[in-house]
Amino acid sequence: MKYEVRFSGSGGQGIILASVILGTAAAIYENKETVQSQAYGPEARGGASKADVIISDEPVGYPKAREIDAMVCLSQKAAKKYITSLKKGGIVIIDSDFVDIPESKKYKLFKLPMSSTTLDKMGKLIALNIVSLSALVSITKIISHEALEKAITDSVPKGTESFNIEAALIGKTLAETAK
Amino acid sequence: MTGSKFEFIQGNIACAKGAAYAGCSFFGGYPITPSTEIAEYMSEYLPKNGGKFIQMEDEIASLGSIIGAALTGAKTMTSTSGPGFSLMQELIGYACIAEVPVVIVDIMRGGPSTGLPTSPAQSDLLQAKWGTHGDHPTIALVPSSVEEMFTETVRAFNLAEYFRTPVLVLGDEIIGHMREKIRIPDPGEIQIINRTVPDNSGICPLPYASDSGKPACIPNFGKSRFHVTGLNHDITGFPTMDPAIVARENERILAKIYEQREIVDKWEEIECKDADILMLSVGSAARAAEEAVKTLRNKGIKAGLFRPLTLWPFPKDTFVKYAERAKYIIVPEMNLGQLKTVAERFTKRSKIIPVNLVNGEPISPEHIISVTNYLNI
Repeated sequence: MKYEVRFSGSGGQGIILASVILGTAAAIYENKETVQSQAYGPEARGGASKADVIISDEPVGYPKAREIDAMVCLSQKAAKKYITSLKKGGIVIIDSDFVDIPESKKYKLFKLPMSSTTLDKMGKLIALNIVSLSALVSITKIISHEALEKAITDSVPKGTESFNIEAALIGKTLAETAK
Repeated sequence: MTGSKFEFIQGNIACAKGAAYAGCSFFGGYPITPSTEIAEYMSEYLPKNGGKFIQMEDEIASLGSIIGAALTGAKTMTSTSGPGFSLMQELIGYACIAEVPVVIVDIMRGGPSTGLPTSPAQSDLLQAKWGTHGDHPTIALVPSSVEEMFTETVRAFNLAEYFRTPVLVLGDEIIGHMREKIRIPDPGEIQIINRTVPDNSGICPLPYASDSGKPACIPNFGKSRFHVTGLNHDITGFPTMDPAIVARENERILAKIYEQREIVDKWEEIECKDADILMLSVGSAARAAEEAVKTLRNKGIKAGLFRPLTLWPFPKDTFVKYAERAKYIIVPEMNLGQLKTVAERFTKRSKIIPVNLVNGEPISPEHIISVTNYLNI
């Protein structure tokens, strides 16, 4: 079994951290063969940014995603650019506050109002990456929510653990209500 | 495996941890994408562990600082990328002739010039070999995974100390920035080579007298006078223009490495023995090549991969053995044909097919497979 995930958006949204957390959860807490890689531009904010996680039972050779099973899109530009790399029947999770793509038989589309919900429940947008990561985990079941929480605790700055765990719960609830 | 710990870390962090494992106690550097994480890690690690980290004003000074520190007995490292590597070339030659052990990590990115700071390339393979002037020995190691970023960095220190010479580690943006799970070896699990030291007197009157290929010890800093120069010198370290000595010493610094190939050579071969299509590839491109080999084998096509981990000196004897019987040599690389020139040099009969990409994107297995579609196999 090989599962390819892509997080995409613009620089500064925290999608690389989201991919690192997913990779850590799969590699360390679920003992899967895992490779995480990323591509971004030279600017600190803005610009197209993507991060791939490949989770497999076998060692992973080529480290970039080519037939994506599940994708998170936090910007319209990213959604447009990467939708063609999605496997037939793959999962697309978009932030419906800022991204809009048409329904299609080619993929399963999840439109989640992630930005407005994050802002509403947490008072700031900084945890959008964790919300979207948790929504992805909840929809794909690629790792357990427990493994996700452990990896979040490992990866986020000290003192922000409970804040981010709360964000993960918001993402989970969002995904469950969308189903 | 008692007490061992699995970590999901970047290639660059694995490189820094490898340096720490090998006993690196001094790092001088100037941050540059995509190598910066190495310097960041060392800037935290070294001061807490009795070492020194210094951010220099540029890459020339960075290499100068670690050459100086190495002469005082420290194991030293710097890390950079293409633009900084260019600046380091002159002092690489200095470290070669003055026989100073240092480790230089170059995490390659798109070029020339500032190029593509955040994108992968394998643009410095030949610069590593011929970037500095004069005949000089080059040892360059090319890791292909996060684990190899650790183990090859340890090996780089070992070779540097053993041969008293600079050793280069050529990563690329993909290998440096990607994360994989590795187990950090327990202390003692990987052999650590330390340089020969003088006896208790600390005095080493002939710091350039070698004993059957093994370089002499470096005198203890502060205990013994030691003349270090980039001029050609005799076994005392002082300059000479005596043609016989100059020739002998120039040849010796090459021979000490090139005549001990069993110590320096390292490669991986995958399905090479009966390969009609032999791939020659290193670093992250080799990961795509390996997948291409698997796919082609599943289709019944006899493909193989020869992957030098020591790129310089090139492990030519083994490569030639497989290249002689292969019909085609495919050379996937993220540049416009640097490794291809090596394949050409050592291949007489087979047809060489380059696979090049210099647009900042990685070479994919499909790209490599596509060039095999019309081959007569």
